[in-house]
Amino acid sequence: MKLTLRVWRQKNADADGTMSTYEVDGISPDMSFLEMLDTLNEELILRGEDPVAFDHDCREGICGACSLVINGDAHGPERTTTCQLHMRSFKDGDTIDVEPWRASAFPVIKDLVVDRSAFDRIIQAGGYITAPTGAAPEAHATPVPKPDADFAFEHAECIGCGACVAACPNGAAMLFTSAKINHLNVLPQGAPERETRVLDMVERMDEEGFGGCTLAGECATACPKGIPLMSITQMNKEWLRATRRVGKR
Amino acid sequence: MARTVWDSTVGKKTVMAVSGLIMLLYLVVHMIGNLKIFFGAGEFDHYAHWLRTVGEPFMHYEWTLWLVRVVLVAAVVAHAVSAYQLSRRDIRARPSKYVHKKPRASYATRTMRWGGIILGLFIVWHILDLTTGTVHPGFRPGHPYQNVVDTFSTWYGNVIYIVAMLALGLHVRHGFWSAAQTLGVGSRRRDRALKTVADVLALLLTAGFIAVPVGVMTGVVS
Repeated sequence: MKLTLRVWRQKNADADGTMSTYEVDGISPDMSFLEMLDTLNEELILRGEDPVAFDHDCREGICGACSLVINGDAHGPERTTTCQLHMRSFKDGDTIDVEPWRASAFPVIKDLVVDRSAFDRIIQAGGYITAPTGAAPEAHATPVPKPDADFAFEHAECIGCGACVAACPNGAAMLFTSAKINHLNVLPQGAPERETRVLDMVERMDEEGFGGCTLAGECATACPKGIPLMSITQMNKEWLRATRRVGKR
Repeated sequence: MARTVWDSTVGKKTVMAVSGLIMLLYLVVHMIGNLKIFFGAGEFDHYAHWLRTVGEPFMHYEWTLWLVRVVLVAAVVAHAVSAYQLSRRDIRARPSKYVHKKPRASYATRTMRWGGIILGLFIVWHILDLTTGTVHPGFRPGHPYQNVVDTFSTWYGNVIYIVAMLALGLHVRHGFWSAAQTLGVGSRRRDRALKTVADVLALLLTAGFIAVPVGVMTGVVS
């Protein structure tokens, strides 16, 4: 396959960026999108040019490191991560636009790499449980009803890639934050911090400069792990419950 | 607690949801009341007068009406201020646009902000036109039937009103469902029902309100 790429190039956080055009040839439809970018970078290095910086790690769709807005879609046209997106999703001769996640809470570090540490700080605010460390506890010591376990797991699937923020017209982190809150709040292990978790994580999310939710639904459409939009509804419910309870204390 | 609510994006959306539902409830009552115009000047003017005497003798003349007005103004102000502050925040959170543009979200979602501004301006005009009569040449206090017929005998009266009511329909369609999510009452099981109620409410309100200018234009009401 022969492709024309228009890639966002930006030297550093303070520099102005621009879309640069590159031609790549000899791309196999079986390559992943990242392997296609590797091919481009090898050529750029051979030519003595600066390779395109992009985030990647496991390349198995489970770590949440890769990003990229491809032709206006977070993680590209398929509902998966960029590393699991294959070039067979494109046609020979296509022009593909590649841009970084856009949100003021995710500043560009270089080219397609953005700083997602705002997510880490949201997790630090309440995405944990209080439990003694050491040997693993007896699995049946704390019974969890099957529907609750399923609900928790559905939300625990979030890999924190930030596609929800990238897709949201308001640069909101509601889907990420709600997934992280819900997966712990529904479980008995998460019960001691049920109120403080939702209040602190939402507060941190606001402090990081993410936008608010207008229920456009773009986040859930972009999410490679299929976190549902209703996750945000559940977070709102938990937040209102916690606000009432803490107000009474 | 009030501080927590007002300082949070989730809390401000709650303010919008509650104030929106108050206005929506009012609109349903207002729309049903308006339909009395199809039963003649006598019934409509009598209904309009009754609005001032509701609750008597417990309430004094016009007390109930003023109570409703105060609640509605509070709801409009709370809704608009929250919307303004949240919108400012949303625009700041996404300062640079994508080079590759795609049509996104539904029409109702994309028109919430502009639709809200149109409705705000409409409310001002509507009050100056049919409550105070400030922008209504030949306004006769105490004769609402005649005043309504006057307004809808002008082309601009019809255009302003019908455009605003279409904006209202779109606003209610996304707003009602959205409010349910904000208040945490939405669920996968209830989603279809909530969306249907939102569509039906939007359709009934728009159709019910637009029936009045259409009635005047077609001569059914004169």
